[in-house]
Amino acid sequence: MSRTSRRAPLSRIAEDPPGSLIQLDRVTCRYGHGPVLVDVDLTLRAGDFIGIVGPSGSGKSTLLKTIAGAITPVAGSVRRGDGLAIGYVPQVETVNWYFPITVREAVLMARIGDRRTPWSTPRERAEADEALERLGLGGLGGRHIRELSGGQQQRVFVARAMLRRPALLLLDEPTSGVDVRTRHDVMHLIHELHHDGLAIVLTTHDLNGIAAHLPSIMCLNREVIATGAPGDILTSEVLERTYGAPLEVLSHGGMPVVVEQYETPWDTTGPASGEGHHVHPVYEGS
Amino acid sequence: METLFEPFRYEFFVRAICVAVVTGALCGLVGTYVVLKGMSYIGHGLSHAVFGGAAIFLALRLNALVGAFAIGVVAAIMINGVSRRRTIGADAAIGVITSALFAVGIAIVSVLRIPRLTDALLFGNVLGVTVRDVLLVAAVAIVSAVIVFLRYRQMLFATFDPEVAEVSGVNTVWVDLLLALILASTITVSMTVVGVVLIAAMLVIPPVIARLLTDSFHRMLWISVVTGAFCGFVGVYLSYYLDWPSGATVVLAASTLFVVAFGVSSLRNRRPLPDVGIDVH
Repeated sequence: MSRTSRRAPLSRIAEDPPGSLIQLDRVTCRYGHGPVLVDVDLTLRAGDFIGIVGPSGSGKSTLLKTIAGAITPVAGSVRRGDGLAIGYVPQVETVNWYFPITVREAVLMARIGDRRTPWSTPRERAEADEALERLGLGGLGGRHIRELSGGQQQRVFVARAMLRRPALLLLDEPTSGVDVRTRHDVMHLIHELHHDGLAIVLTTHDLNGIAAHLPSIMCLNREVIATGAPGDILTSEVLERTYGAPLEVLSHGGMPVVVEQYETPWDTTGPASGEGHHVHPVYEGS
Repeated sequence: METLFEPFRYEFFVRAICVAVVTGALCGLVGTYVVLKGMSYIGHGLSHAVFGGAAIFLALRLNALVGAFAIGVVAAIMINGVSRRRTIGADAAIGVITSALFAVGIAIVSVLRIPRLTDALLFGNVLGVTVRDVLLVAAVAIVSAVIVFLRYRQMLFATFDPEVAEVSGVNTVWVDLLLALILASTITVSMTVVGVVLIAAMLVIPPVIARLLTDSFHRMLWISVVTGAFCGFVGVYLSYYLDWPSGATVVLAASTLFVVAFGVSSLRNRRPLPDVGIDVH
């Protein structure tokens, strides 16, 4: 990650910085009427691990798809390293779990362009089984995807992405809609993949459970509000600019803890009174 | 025994059986994608649009089948575009486009006073098919099967997970368009067997039967094709003896099979799943 703050813009880079996998330079994306991303600068290098946080509709998923090459910006440039393979893991909540597909069939989708024949080769099947084995899903290749637990389902799609042998893995809200135990399992897996040398970019709504534990985060609300280590940029000011709502940041054992402030509708005395004025930590789904 | 084979002595019946089997298989193949992509309503709408196309071309003293195909393709492309934009509901847009074309068709055949043709287009007349019809259906089936064979992986990915397919390099716009064109062709050539009113049923019932019987995509595709062909055969064969309209008999055969498959599937799902050590939260 090279960018440190939206207010201290990245100087224009004439050539790709050494070791960069992908470089976005003043990227603007638009759906229909309004822009979804404005002037986004981002450089990803091998071994980077960044979380993108921001409110719903802030452009997090659009940024992932732009990095992946599925969306072409209306302005700015995207430069990718030669032969850069990217793996993309969708939100499990968007998956049609009643689609007739086995775990192995889902993983083998990664092999779309290799051959024209519908059937997979023994080598492809062996590779898929190897990926499943590595992610703790050995022996479940013939199962329907619906028959797995939440964490296992997420791993199926990580396995599919890994079959592309990516240098960069993109995960769209990998812990959305899962319980705490599954969230821990998924994040443990992602950290392992990062430890193995993969560059990782993920989006999340979970400021305390996920974002605060990552090496680097980007606060996004159509434009980049701030980028850096969570301890440096998870401040009330940055979060209020990102979310448009007051968020308090406390420190717990050297870690930032974001708490939401809100007033109950039955509070008639105002926040100053302390009655009806609550704070609670910001976790997934809060 | 001789009575069972009696209808096969007639050339018209052999042609009818051939065209019904191939059409059934084709509907089973295309219908699998139609059902899994949630496009059943598009199939229903397109079948009405092709009727309008056939009538317009008849009024212009042109080939009705060419008209049905041309309008079917135009309607499919329009529907595909509307579905992607989502400005208005795709189902509402399809209702407007295809119902209007159907109404045009009804108006034209009323003015031209061609009730027999109307009946054939609406309800199918498989016993009146010519060798040319058989060849046409066979050609569409072969081309569709080749396209599905060569684009199987892309079509599966785009059907299951269009967003990630796009990210992974699949041109989903092209895949959707290809599917829409295959669907328009299938509906056009299926008119002679089941008629426009019942085509949607043949696109939907075989894949739904297959889905009830398997959790694997490639098995579903095969079961759907075989089921469609089987229903085409049984429907036309029974229509000979019962003297019922071929289209209705084919759809009734498929519906009966659906009831059986539903029963089998319900009984199977009652059995507890074997313990495979899956941790279900």
